[in-house]
Amino acid sequence: MLYLFYLIAAISVISALTVVSAKNPVNSVIALILCFLSIAGHYVLLNAQFLAMVHIIVYTGAIMVLFLFVIMLLNLNRAAEPMKTLGTRVAAVLSGGLFFLTLLAALRNGISVTAANAFDPGVGLVHSVGMSLFSEFLLPFEISSVLFLSAMVGVVMLAKKEKTWTPPVRNAFTEKPLTEHELDAEG
Amino acid sequence: MEQEVITAIRLVPLEHYVILSLLLFSIGIAGVVFRRNTIIILMCLELMFNSVNLLLTAFSAYHSDPRAQVFVFFIMLVAAAEVTVGLAILVMMKRNVDSVDVNQLNRLKW
Repeated sequence: MLYLFYLIAAISVISALTVVSAKNPVNSVIALILCFLSIAGHYVLLNAQFLAMVHIIVYTGAIMVLFLFVIMLLNLNRAAEPMKTLGTRVAAVLSGGLFFLTLLAALRNGISVTAANAFDPGVGLVHSVGMSLFSEFLLPFEISSVLFLSAMVGVVMLAKKEKTWTPPVRNAFTEKPLTEHELDAEG
Repeated sequence: MEQEVITAIRLVPLEHYVILSLLLFSIGIAGVVFRRNTIIILMCLELMFNSVNLLLTAFSAYHSDPRAQVFVFFIMLVAAAEVTVGLAILVMMKRNVDSVDVNQLNRLKW
């Protein structure tokens, strides 16, 4: 069991490093899909089966396909990205590494967690998560649909091609915009 | 059966999950600073979301409390909405400045 955890953890860390270091964006996406699948494996190890399925469906099924689609649409599938300056790259590795070290130092005495509840083997299955979601968290669940609606409206507004605005043709004397009929008559 | 599930979950120490999610989060931070391609920066953000999700799930499983897993579900919802808006901004940026390089967009004006 512990070896299984180490194996899946190694896969997720190596694929995460590949995401950052791959030259070609398509390779990055493939590595990120692998990373997400291994995280789904972690969920299965933690007996969170509902989350594992939702994770696979939402992330690898929807989000990563969206990423791949955008990469193909914008024709980014070539390694044409100029590198940042050496100083920025060193700063990036240092900031990530120092952040890791800082939080790791907080763990040096270990975590002493006493489980808050008695163990329940049903936690993480569809039944328990669904009962919690539709009783205690019903209002946030409904509000999240409003969030999706606003995201959808925003996306359509952003991705629509902007029309350049032209002032309407006005009548020279009355200053009123011409109707379509008058425009046709003018040719 | 129940005893098997208990031993299976609590066999892996909680520290291991904390360290793993820390590693993934740090890799995400380093990637955001390291890369110039906007789409890879978005992917590193997803990586950071997922490390937090993993940590919440690990604590949820150790405490036998399904509520943290509902939080993870909501984080997934928000991440899905966020990524669609981010990719739309990316498409618009490619259309306007013909590049996905963040250095091209260092002035927030046109």
